[in-house]
Amino acid sequence: MFTCKSLQLGAQAIKGLSKASRILKSTSPALITPRKSYVQNLRLPGREPFSTTATGNAEAGNEEKQKITVTFVDKDGEEKQIKVPIGMSMLEAAHQNGIELEGACEGSLACSTCHVIVMDVEHYNKLEDPTDEENDMLDLAFGLTETSRLGCQVIARPELDGLRLALPAATRNFAVDGYKPKPH
Amino acid sequence: MAVFRSMIARKFSSATVQSLRVCVVGSGPAGFYTAEKMLKAHKGAEVDIIDRLPTPFGLVRSGVAPDHPETKIVTNQFSRVAHNERCSFFGNVSLGSSISLHELRQIYNVVVLAYGAESDRVLGIPGEDLKGVHSAREFVWWYNGHPDFSKLTLDLESTDTAVVLGQGNVALDVARILLRPPTELAITDIASHALAALRTSSIRKVYLVGRRGPVQAACTAKELREILAIKDLYINIKEADLLKTSADEEEMKNNRIRKRVFELLSKASSSGAPHPSSGQRELHFTFFRKPDKFLESDDRSGHVAGLQFEKTTLEGRDGSGNQIAVGTGQHEDLNCGLVLKSIGYKSTPVNGLPFNHSKGVVPNIRGRVLSSDLAQPEDGLYVCGWLKRGPTGIIATNLYDAEETVASISEDLEKGELTSTSSSTKAGREGLLQLLESRKVQVVTFSDWEKIDSEEKRLGSLKGKPREKLTTWKDLLEVTTK
Repeated sequence: MFTCKSLQLGAQAIKGLSKASRILKSTSPALITPRKSYVQNLRLPGREPFSTTATGNAEAGNEEKQKITVTFVDKDGEEKQIKVPIGMSMLEAAHQNGIELEGACEGSLACSTCHVIVMDVEHYNKLEDPTDEENDMLDLAFGLTETSRLGCQVIARPELDGLRLALPAATRNFAVDGYKPKPH
Repeated sequence: MAVFRSMIARKFSSATVQSLRVCVVGSGPAGFYTAEKMLKAHKGAEVDIIDRLPTPFGLVRSGVAPDHPETKIVTNQFSRVAHNERCSFFGNVSLGSSISLHELRQIYNVVVLAYGAESDRVLGIPGEDLKGVHSAREFVWWYNGHPDFSKLTLDLESTDTAVVLGQGNVALDVARILLRPPTELAITDIASHALAALRTSSIRKVYLVGRRGPVQAACTAKELREILAIKDLYINIKEADLLKTSADEEEMKNNRIRKRVFELLSKASSSGAPHPSSGQRELHFTFFRKPDKFLESDDRSGHVAGLQFEKTTLEGRDGSGNQIAVGTGQHEDLNCGLVLKSIGYKSTPVNGLPFNHSKGVVPNIRGRVLSSDLAQPEDGLYVCGWLKRGPTGIIATNLYDAEETVASISEDLEKGELTSTSSSTKAGREGLLQLLESRKVQVVTFSDWEKIDSEEKRLGSLKGKPREKLTTWKDLLEVTTK
């Protein structure tokens, strides 16, 4: 089940995709970064349900259109394809679908645990540039690549349909000599 | 003891044929991530987390700065782990005094030590014991209401200058707490004694001193960006210090953090005002200085009045390819009334634990503790977190660290290399509780902690804070008996 608020935002996003970020910015000017606040609004509805009167069934016809297909590729190369409603973050979508993506700070841009690697450069280029705050966290991500992003900052949009995200492999060995931990 | 009986009942009702009794020592990120991964990987495992404090979460509670509430959100996840029916938390249980390592290993199939680093590296220079010289850890524990440091006497009113030795994130944290307007801290979960002291603090100038240059500064961009953005703060970075050598360029080339930190420092240097305005708080980044000795005050005997530094220059490379700071023979004094040494935490061993004193870690191979002669792994004994790899990294580092340690445990179990699992059944949880009861240890369970938690939140709400920490052992333990 998805929430009323998210559906509205999703509808806005469909009407004017290029304006999406501006819409979001104007909805919550008090918070530090628009994307951050957006994600916080949508955060973990399963745990913190929003009050809503909309039911999933009533919108069933539109729902298909409002979802994109995203494939997560885990550390062992195993793939899992899920449908993600427009407007939902990849962190939230992963959690709703039992994909093991950590989210230590629950999307508040204070950790790097939801690090994902966008596997297709074209998709990567369709994303808005990471903010300084996201880059600060990506600095600390393990196995950082050129197309790394934080899952909480990647929001489903129609043009991202077919997105493929790899979960970085934890291949670090903490015991070997010469291992240089990142500064904290 | 009601707790004890209910534990036994729970144990018997959920007993599995091949249950694996696991004890994790320490309830910080390393401990909780280890517990989480053990529970996930071994459906028959029963995991008990013990901690010497009555409160869980280690440095998330006593280390993470009060103005970083987002970083503490991870405790939600740790609480879910603690609520797992196969997991228990027992606080106020101290390894070494409530129970020995030898006893723990008798009771459990697997013991994972994740008790971190509760001591400090020392400089070993004259005057280090003078009053007014503290480790950053003491200061951090003090403002975070750690019950061992709530009574720390910290004089913030006899001086206008503090020197922080070190330029890592802990150094930036303590500098920020000293410089941030107290009104901004009043809405955080900072300990009330610390807030009161900061409100009457006369400290206006903070020097962050590093042995090396801006290219080598050990902080991360987020923390640096944050301190540079403090309202009405004069920032001083000498332009000459920002000149890069080719060796510097080389060091920065493949290091994204250093590159971004250097950019921020350069920008701050060029965009700031040339002089502080009257009464303005000041932050000075002082590079290429190595402390020689602490200087004693003439009028206040036994109290620090400053530091003597030796200027340094960068030469050669260490094993990791980093340039080394070497003294130039030129000296310089800096007057101050408070020094916070932020040069690194240090782990301490317990009886019966192999320990590498020079590295300050437990010798291990991928989390398997090695015997003192390094010849073979200790049966059923593992290590995770700072005790395993040294006091560096962020909370998430422990996620990968725990994964590695748990993978080693799983491998050993599969290979049947844990003799502790093949011999007689281990007493596990009930054995632990029996022993603690006989020693009159007042065990704090997770639901006891939740009483502390709600009392702190209640007290906080009266003051417009997310929580008002209980900062003495007595207060913490009293709430759990209500």
